[in-house]
Amino acid sequence: MNTQGRKTTPDVESAAATDVGTYTGNRALVHEEPLIFELDNPGVTGVDLEAAPAVASRLGGLKAREGIGLPGLSEPTVVRHYTRLSQKNLGIDSTMYPLGSCTMKHNPRLNEKLARLPGFGDIHPMQPQSTVQGALELIDQLAHWLKTLTGMPAVAMSPAAGAHGELCGLMAIRAALQARGETGRTRVLVPESAHGTNPATAAFCGFTVDAIPAEANGRVSVEAVKAKLGPDVACIMLTNPNTCGLFEPQVKEIADAVHAAGGYFYCDGANYNAIVGRVRPADLGVDAMHINLHKTFSTPHGGGGPGSGPVVLSDALAPYAPLPYVVHGADGFRLVEHEGEVEQGAQPFGRMKAFHGQMGMFVRALAYIMSHGADGLRQASSDAVLNANYLKARLQDLMSVPFDGYCMHEALFDDRFLKDTGVTTLDFAKAMIDEGFHPMTMYFPLVVHGAFLIEPTETESKATLDQFVGAMRHLAGKAKAGDAAHFLAAPRYTPRRRLDETAAARKPVLRWAPPAV
Amino acid sequence: MRYLPLTEADRQEMLAAIGAPSVDALFGDVPAAARLDQPIAGLPNHQGELQVERALSRLAARNVPAGSCPSFLGAGAYRHHVPASVDQLLTRGEFLTSYTPYQPEVTQGTLQYLFEFQTQVALITGMDVANASMYDGATACAEAVLMANRVTRRNRAVLSGGLHPHYRDVTATTTGVLGVDLVTLPADPKGIEDLAAAIDDKTSCVVVQNPTLFGHVADLTPLAEACHAKGALLVVVVTEVVSLGMMPSPGSMGADIVVAEGQSIGNGLNFGGPYLGLFATRDKFVRQMPGRLCGETVDADGKRGFVLTLSTREQHIRREKATSNICTNSGLCALAFTMHLSLLGEVGFTGLARLNHAKAVQLADKLAAAGVSVLNQGFFNEFTVQVKGDAAALVDRLAAEPILAGVPVSRLHPGQADLADLLLVAVTETTTEDDMDALVQALGGKQ
Repeated sequence: MNTQGRKTTPDVESAAATDVGTYTGNRALVHEEPLIFELDNPGVTGVDLEAAPAVASRLGGLKAREGIGLPGLSEPTVVRHYTRLSQKNLGIDSTMYPLGSCTMKHNPRLNEKLARLPGFGDIHPMQPQSTVQGALELIDQLAHWLKTLTGMPAVAMSPAAGAHGELCGLMAIRAALQARGETGRTRVLVPESAHGTNPATAAFCGFTVDAIPAEANGRVSVEAVKAKLGPDVACIMLTNPNTCGLFEPQVKEIADAVHAAGGYFYCDGANYNAIVGRVRPADLGVDAMHINLHKTFSTPHGGGGPGSGPVVLSDALAPYAPLPYVVHGADGFRLVEHEGEVEQGAQPFGRMKAFHGQMGMFVRALAYIMSHGADGLRQASSDAVLNANYLKARLQDLMSVPFDGYCMHEALFDDRFLKDTGVTTLDFAKAMIDEGFHPMTMYFPLVVHGAFLIEPTETESKATLDQFVGAMRHLAGKAKAGDAAHFLAAPRYTPRRRLDETAAARKPVLRWAPPAV
Repeated sequence: MRYLPLTEADRQEMLAAIGAPSVDALFGDVPAAARLDQPIAGLPNHQGELQVERALSRLAARNVPAGSCPSFLGAGAYRHHVPASVDQLLTRGEFLTSYTPYQPEVTQGTLQYLFEFQTQVALITGMDVANASMYDGATACAEAVLMANRVTRRNRAVLSGGLHPHYRDVTATTTGVLGVDLVTLPADPKGIEDLAAAIDDKTSCVVVQNPTLFGHVADLTPLAEACHAKGALLVVVVTEVVSLGMMPSPGSMGADIVVAEGQSIGNGLNFGGPYLGLFATRDKFVRQMPGRLCGETVDADGKRGFVLTLSTREQHIRREKATSNICTNSGLCALAFTMHLSLLGEVGFTGLARLNHAKAVQLADKLAAAGVSVLNQGFFNEFTVQVKGDAAALVDRLAAEPILAGVPVSRLHPGQADLADLLLVAVTETTTEDDMDALVQALGGKQ
């Protein structure tokens, strides 16, 4: 995860600058690629357009614009530019990418193919509904899977990502409280170990945030929750399995206590991938939970999105689900888009997004879900948990473990094993890059010092896990043997070595500008 | 189960290394009452690629693709031609399957295109700085109002009656929970509202769409002056980003924040998502911006490189004090946008906008000649026509032909009898003369 505000350059003088000694500065397969603006060949274009009809412009008296400053590039230049940029990136396709909490699993290409069928990719959100019955049925089918897998009676499909789903859930809770006349419930309980989006969402939704301390065993205790409950509590936002990669054993008691106090249970479903087919969130007392389709159901992360975050809802919250949504009537599927069209009892809290949701992600997620089926989804979560426990078992003698016992889908380590070595978690991560792996999530969760949060996912083979274990043991051994220099100079083999994030923030350069003459 | 590499022998070997008797034992923290022993009942088991493809292709075949017939649909989503190279490059696994670039040494590809994207967005909007994207234009619009409130320390936003109603609704939903006072002007099909009159000394911003939902275009300079005279910001919404290749930039007209739907460039219709929110502003407001920002820096060898920066605005650092809760944005849609815009370049982008406009003028003239009333004096590539009778019923009737005749205003502004006969008609470079003649025949000839 982030490294912002943290010193990213090593304290000691790193190895000499890597002067490659080539004329171009290139290193064989790795090219020095200029910005598109530096490749500008004015007048060139990579798109041939038909001649415009000869008509007088009708821009309401506005003068047509000139001189925007976009660079001119031909198609071959553009293709080469982005191909070279891609070669400076790691993806799941390239290597094991064990970012805890982010769930970097294989992205099947069938899903890409299906999302591009004209019947899904080339339909307009405002087409007459008679012309998009297949699309509405697809949304309904995915909704059916999500409801059945979680045991929840309703789902809001439109949220665009996990944090957007959190907002949807909290807005539904807010609307339900309003309907109960309990507007004085303004406090939201959030464990210290939560993702940053949880407190940010609560505040974004007008609530105040009250932190619940973590127990020494990495869990949230029902006693700690009870101590915070009161007539002003709207809900708890609890991640389960939690951000330490552990299942909350008292989750049901916590849900019961929150319900008894008149609050709701929002579950952050970022880690739902650990329990699909093995536990139904409904059986844990959940009132609302977002499902990151880009984590659990394998839609590609795309370098930071797009995601999709449908929110399953309990009976208590279902009436407040936002517009629009799909209903199944006598004459097919229908999209309910306006308050005037809603069925008896429904009181949608509003609208989250311009249109109906992340359709492109729905197609991919449904293809993934159908490929796995009920049996495969259960096997996938079982294998994800098995893989994480295997890593933990193979590394715990050399690396330090903050919490004993079995984990769920993530193996969490802290930085005690690096004490007095001069190597930090960040340095260690950079050395993993040189070994050909994407680093784990580092310094998160915040409740563990110098955290290493490793999520292998179910799509890594045992052979890959064994190689990863070998690399981690090699590095841990090197650190303990006093070879800090190896880590401080890492990464060595990347297109760029360590980047100065402090300088970037101190004097932000956020866009290209023509060089001063 | 083609996506799962472990064999049963692997699993047993791994359990032995862990010292666990079974996989079930690993789930020992789950309350016994909530443990499931079997796959969830009532759902089908795994299927091969062929079977899944067959099932979903059947669903796809029950939809009418906009490209399969004459289509004049717009209202915030536009069908443009996306060059083949865009999608080919987009599916490179190094782009498609990478995460948010938190480890900059292994994500210089993502970071460099984000830096280029931010620059392109700043250029076309005429602003100083742009972020790395939002979910869509509507959520960007809501975030712009919240940002304007932070900047001005005021709490009242004025929304134009030319604003897309879905943008209005998303803004109302998002800001309503924070007690923001929204002054929403009535639907403005004729483009005659007086926004300046709605500004007072409590106004944080005026939100105006250009071209409006109804297609009207305006010089926003006087409105910007009126905002600034009262200490308010001007937020300009652009739902058809191709218009920026021909219309004066919002920045040149005095906008303080520009938000846009970027779908038109590089991205398909996709039934409404995923789309691409663009967000641009002035340098002086950058620390109040939501969303990710990519910045330039140097590496340990002094070479230029790129990193995510100014993250102290964001949720993973600031938690409840963040400028927004956004985390995942629209990275891959931004990549499609920046690749398509790189292909277009100055010549292509301005040419594409002029082509769209000229075709729209051509259709408006054809419709007028056939006796159909066009409401707009000025427009870019979309305008409002008045049909005889109910526009929604007409659109449904024509869908059977199939002609996707446009978006009836009543679908966006329901329950207003005075708007029931209005139809939004959009034209892009994909519209042919045959398409136009089919619409003219349908609207002019058959009524």
